[in-house]
Amino acid sequence: MAGERPAWWWWASIGTALVVLMAAPSYLDIADQLDISIIFILALLALSMGFLWGQGGMLSFGQTAFFGLGGYSYAVLALNTGETTSAFFIAIALSMAFALAVGYFMIYGRISDIYLSVITLVVTLILEKGIRATSGDQYVIGSVRLNGQNGIPTVPSLQLPWNPGTELFIDGVFYLSAALLVLVYVGLRLLLASSFGRVLVGIRENERRVELLGYDARRYKLAAFVLAGGIAGLAGVLYGVWGNFVSPAMFHLNQAAQVVIWVIVGGKSWLIGPVAGTAVVQYLSNWLGTQGVGQVSLWLGVVLMIFVLVFREGLLPTAALAIAWVRRRLGRREA
Amino acid sequence: MEQAAIQAYLIGVSFSIFILVSLGLAVIFGMMRVINLAQGEFLMLGAFVCTFANQAGLNLWLSFLAAALAVGLFGVLVERLIIRHLYGRIVDTLLATWGLSLFLVGGVTTLLGPQTRSIAADLGNVAVGTYTLSAYNFVMMGVAAAMLVFTFVLWRFTRFGLVARATMQNPGMASGLGVNADFVYMATFGFGAGLTGLAGAVLVPVTGASPPMGLFFVAKAFITVIAGGPLPLIGTLSAAGLFSFIDGIVSFVSSSVVADMTVLFVAIVLLRLLPDGITGRSRRGI
Amino acid sequence: MHFNRRQFFRTATGALAFASATGMLKRAGIAAEEPIRVGNILDKTGGLNIYSLKQIAAVAMTIDEINAAGGLLGRPVELLFYDSQSDNQFNSQYATQALVKDKVNVIHAGITSSSREVMRPLVDKFKGLLFYNSLYEGGVCDRRHVSTGMVPAQQLEALIPYVMGEHGAKRGYILAADYNYGHITSKWMQKIIRDNGGEDLAVEFFPLDVTNFEPAIARIQAAKPDVVWSALVGGAHIAFYRQFEAAIGKKNMVLASTTYGVGLEQLQLSPDEGDGILLATSFVDDLQTDAAKSFVSKLQAYTGDNTYVGEYGEYGARGIGIWAEAVRQAGDPSPDAVIAALAKGGVKVEGAGGLYSVDGKTQHTTMDIHIVRGNKNAGFDILKSFSQQPPKDTQLVCDLEANPNDTTQYEVKI
Repeated sequence: MAGERPAWWWWASIGTALVVLMAAPSYLDIADQLDISIIFILALLALSMGFLWGQGGMLSFGQTAFFGLGGYSYAVLALNTGETTSAFFIAIALSMAFALAVGYFMIYGRISDIYLSVITLVVTLILEKGIRATSGDQYVIGSVRLNGQNGIPTVPSLQLPWNPGTELFIDGVFYLSAALLVLVYVGLRLLLASSFGRVLVGIRENERRVELLGYDARRYKLAAFVLAGGIAGLAGVLYGVWGNFVSPAMFHLNQAAQVVIWVIVGGKSWLIGPVAGTAVVQYLSNWLGTQGVGQVSLWLGVVLMIFVLVFREGLLPTAALAIAWVRRRLGRREA
Repeated sequence: MEQAAIQAYLIGVSFSIFILVSLGLAVIFGMMRVINLAQGEFLMLGAFVCTFANQAGLNLWLSFLAAALAVGLFGVLVERLIIRHLYGRIVDTLLATWGLSLFLVGGVTTLLGPQTRSIAADLGNVAVGTYTLSAYNFVMMGVAAAMLVFTFVLWRFTRFGLVARATMQNPGMASGLGVNADFVYMATFGFGAGLTGLAGAVLVPVTGASPPMGLFFVAKAFITVIAGGPLPLIGTLSAAGLFSFIDGIVSFVSSSVVADMTVLFVAIVLLRLLPDGITGRSRRGI
Repeated sequence: MHFNRRQFFRTATGALAFASATGMLKRAGIAAEEPIRVGNILDKTGGLNIYSLKQIAAVAMTIDEINAAGGLLGRPVELLFYDSQSDNQFNSQYATQALVKDKVNVIHAGITSSSREVMRPLVDKFKGLLFYNSLYEGGVCDRRHVSTGMVPAQQLEALIPYVMGEHGAKRGYILAADYNYGHITSKWMQKIIRDNGGEDLAVEFFPLDVTNFEPAIARIQAAKPDVVWSALVGGAHIAFYRQFEAAIGKKNMVLASTTYGVGLEQLQLSPDEGDGILLATSFVDDLQTDAAKSFVSKLQAYTGDNTYVGEYGEYGARGIGIWAEAVRQAGDPSPDAVIAALAKGGVKVEGAGGLYSVDGKTQHTTMDIHIVRGNKNAGFDILKSFSQQPPKDTQLVCDLEANPNDTTQYEVKI
């Protein structure tokens, strides 16, 4: 899909999706809006991972590091200053800065494939352990207790930048997260069609060849890593705004595992795959939680194994392959 | 003097835990280039098998053996059903075993409930100056050492070891010489799983057996193996030695959190300096 | 766990409802009335379910009993259960669903402090009522929150003087779980030890996933205390009790705890490892009162599971019992009416562990506290009982009569 400019029907579907999303809150009650907004927010996290893996060939297990960092930065900044707009942007910038540091360390150290996965995972584990160990009252940033295991409750809702007196309510968070998801998706899609995107995909296919053509592969990979870190940070900020809490669980191994599952289920080779995967898996675990069917992780484990073994490409690409196959069969019969 | 003995003892305990939780994983990774993320759950299964065997009347040592055999067989099953389809796809094996790990945690919790179960070793304690140390910890160190020696002997001095090493270095050539590569992979995976089952069993009197226990150890196992690099014995030994030295000292003078974080941080720096692990440069050895 | 005599059905919105059997409602003559809805959000799955499973059953049983006895205010009580899967994100989602979509009159929810702090702002926002049935670190001051479990001062003001007096154990070494509960409880331990003329040698905190306590045991041996005070929590920390017994032994050093037993630790240790641990509790199965014995046998028959019930199971019955009494006094199940009744301070219930009375100033519960000692049969021997211990720590900082709009969780400065 990369390299080509999106076709008219793609723009048409984006437009339709936007219209549907903007109209949706009028037909949904608050609890449904809340359930759906969290899917949008987690889909952003999945998108950041899917973009890195599917397009950039870098399997980062630790996007949760930037997710958690974004959430915590927003919470600490907004609680300290009482002002949320700048906290929103600074938190994303901090996540990107951290991604720059980690990415530089790995990519310029020529650390590749499985080791990159391990390092990113270890980074998120270190952050989690560190944050969990801040329960004592000596761990304060400005006026905000980090609160260890319990996380920070009372994370402020976003205020309207032009009218700080008004806070976003649940429907506002729905609009914002829907809009940002569409924006990030469209942005990444256009980026892939640009020369940057083409080089990035080229590196995924054959790094040596791209370098021989005179590109500095490391610069491209680092840029992609920082961008993905920023998207994960954005998801973290929105997570804090969504539930008014941030906690060390944002960095946890289970959270990191879930991101991988979303991307695998949806399919990493298409940008929309991670988004679809998040929606399917989150809906499933939300639904399972009210069905009394026992351990949710058991079903998630089964889903992950089946997808790796049988539907390697993930839901959407597999569906597309199936459709293409049926068409071919039909076409042959007609001919 | 007494202080030094205690310090050495703490490093010894930490070292044996590192060895126990990572050796099985290291054998599988080193020989087959497969990272088994369900390592923690293999430990958990070993712990439960040992607990039930002991409660059914077997003595502690036979329960250890039962755990090693049962988890070894389970490993063979996993290799046949899952791993076999994924050779050469390191990322896919990692993901599939991650799924297996979630499945096992959920499955065991459903079957057995969330409680921790355990058995007491009742070996009493050993006095060192004014300190008294749990005698069982010396058993744990002994088993860790025995596992290392056993693996070394098996790999270095037996026909199976020779054939296995040959297969891993050059599967095509080995098949050409009449080796059943398929069988070797299966047996190696089973062997690694068996070591892990034994390790889980040995940990029971210290930590108990509970469905989420794998999570407490998997990060430790993972970084030890990755930092150790492709040679399972020397790699694990050196990485576990380094990490337990840091862990033993830092957790005594400071706290276990700081120790954990220091170990993880050192692991990252180590990987940056030696991207293929401590034994990454070596082509030969075990 | 079996829920015999139960009907399961799903509501329109997907929550799992454990409504009492229609036959029972008909017999009670209340089947036609509009039900009063109770939401119960607990961890049926995931790592925390060890604290929840008995409580889930006790909540369901108590509601069945209320319905069989004619319901509340002549109306049946309908229970909606949500499995928060040991993940706070689901606490947030299900609390909103229960309040906004399923329109429950009360939520009984939360084991950990963090899950409560996720739900409490939502309950305030949507003007609901939250019953938090768990022991915790104290200090929550909020009209829409009721705590029915123990807070540190209730336990420690009984336990510490007892241990220091009976065992002459002046020099204490404190081990606590590394989160709010452990930090605040350890501060109270230090304060009360010093107030009683003792000495606190050290305080150590352990993350919830620590299983190797050998370094701590070595430090304890170096410090040579008379008693080790434990506020350790969760499945991994059980390892401490085992390693302590193997290395030091309770015959050589006293071991006392605020948390031992609530996660059914005694069932997971060998007779020797559990024998002799001292703790302060508001309920153990071994209480020799008729109320306690009858509750334990009823719950065991109800679930078809004859294992130990324990404090967290009893909390479920206690929470529903206190709420039901408040509804009766209010004559109206709506949250604001129930809160008004609670605020008057006259809500008192005779439960399985004795008299529970909710203090109108803090909406925390005054209860009997017992000093008990683990025995070799995975049970407890009752050593001494303290009648009607008030939640003194929270009363020091919280006054909802003066500040009805307060929603702070105070941390006691010591």
